[in-house]
Amino acid sequence: MSFLTSIGNGVKALVVGMWTTLASTLEKPVTIQYPEVKETMRPRFKGRHVLKRYDNGMEKCIGCALCAAACPADAIFVEASENTDEARYSPGERYASTYEINMLRCIYCGYCEDACPTEAIVLGDNYELSFTDRSQAIYTREMLLEPVPADGDPTPQKVEPGVYTRSIPEMKDPD
Amino acid sequence: MDYALILEWTIKAVLLTVVLLTGFAYTTYYERKFLARIQVRIGPNRVGPFGLLQPVADAVKLLFKEELIPQKAYKFVFLLAPILIVVPALIILAVVPWGGTVTLFGREIALGVADVNVGALYILSVTSISVYGVVLAGWSSNNKYAMMGGLRSTAQVISYELALGLSFVGPVLLAGSLSMNEIVDAQQGLWFIVLQPLSALICYVSMVAEVNRDPFDMPEAEQELTAGYHVEYSGMKFALIFMGEYVKMAAVSAIFATLFLGGYRGPFVDQIPWLGPLYLGLKVFISLGVMIWLRATLPRFRYDRLMAFGWKILLPLALLNVFLTAIGIVVLGG
Repeated sequence: MSFLTSIGNGVKALVVGMWTTLASTLEKPVTIQYPEVKETMRPRFKGRHVLKRYDNGMEKCIGCALCAAACPADAIFVEASENTDEARYSPGERYASTYEINMLRCIYCGYCEDACPTEAIVLGDNYELSFTDRSQAIYTREMLLEPVPADGDPTPQKVEPGVYTRSIPEMKDPD
Repeated sequence: MDYALILEWTIKAVLLTVVLLTGFAYTTYYERKFLARIQVRIGPNRVGPFGLLQPVADAVKLLFKEELIPQKAYKFVFLLAPILIVVPALIILAVVPWGGTVTLFGREIALGVADVNVGALYILSVTSISVYGVVLAGWSSNNKYAMMGGLRSTAQVISYELALGLSFVGPVLLAGSLSMNEIVDAQQGLWFIVLQPLSALICYVSMVAEVNRDPFDMPEAEQELTAGYHVEYSGMKFALIFMGEYVKMAAVSAIFATLFLGGYRGPFVDQIPWLGPLYLGLKVFISLGVMIWLRATLPRFRYDRLMAFGWKILLPLALLNVFLTAIGIVVLGG
């Protein structure tokens, strides 16, 4: 008798399973027609790096190279130069005149973002990074800087002497 | 010699082969789309409108692929094996009746390539030949995994052929003849699936196992054996083996429909004989859909359980069915 009930259970399981899969044909498919339609990424997604700016257009990056020191893959190369009041790139003493990230070495861990004292380098949500040549994988400062915000001026800016005297700027948007 | 008769046979055979080969391509399309829908996604939809040109793209890709023959492979057999897989699959359908008789150009033409009076036996014997192709493909690849895959597949197929053959006996006894045409004619009143449900079930399960489809596809388990017996094949030879599998799927669906679902019978088929192929096509379509549905739902049998199922469960059940059918015919038929 238990033999028959076990057969019955097996058949019931089979039928229930088959019915479930048939019913799933009526569900709306979850496919997204990439690349015409792209999904938005979660807020803390670690994509391509972006060098941020303040609201007045000045770059946040002060060329301290803490990100290069923190990078476990040795992907970042930073050379700093002095800011002058005629040509000011960042509100601090220095700015990053050469800033290169080798995207082939980068492991997108976000340590550079954690190390940055001015919140200049962040990992954004761009994941479409493809290149056809190794040399194209070196992303330069111009490629990584975000565009100038609407009410800001492009860098280099000409500023009043005596306004930006701190070597490390205050961590809020300059007026 | 009646040249018109020879011409008629030639045209029917060529037409059947052409229909099967294009039908095979769109069977792959049907499978991908239906499987996708069951898995809550859409299948190919980029290549043509609704992805209808996807099989064409696949065929072109396979044609242009590099044909690689391993150095130590036994070359003659390596090249012969795909042919041995594909040709029996194509010629099984010669005995399936696609319709009644139509009158064209003043001749009575039967819609079926050949009416062999031992049709069911012909089918069983031809399916056995394709077993050779599989094991030779595995062996001639000079690859131990391919060899194991080929052996497993062969063992599986010949085990389930026994249950298949015995499940054919039910309709044969009811119709009183091995000829496929007469089996279809005997289903005028009632389809045999109603009179022989156990035999139909055994037949369908054995057919799914014969074709090495899920849930019986251990020999070509993509995740485990990396494609099993056809691992060393590429390009057109692989396309032939692939074709063989899908054509066999369609062929066994057609045979199942002929034996149990009334073949080309349906409403108004006596008045309009051209509806015959349409009905049979519809039944084949539904049967293929059920095979794809099974593939989407069920996990794979473990190999030893697969063999145990074939020998210890299906074979005794098939024998029991033959026994009961025979007793039933004697007691009721008189």
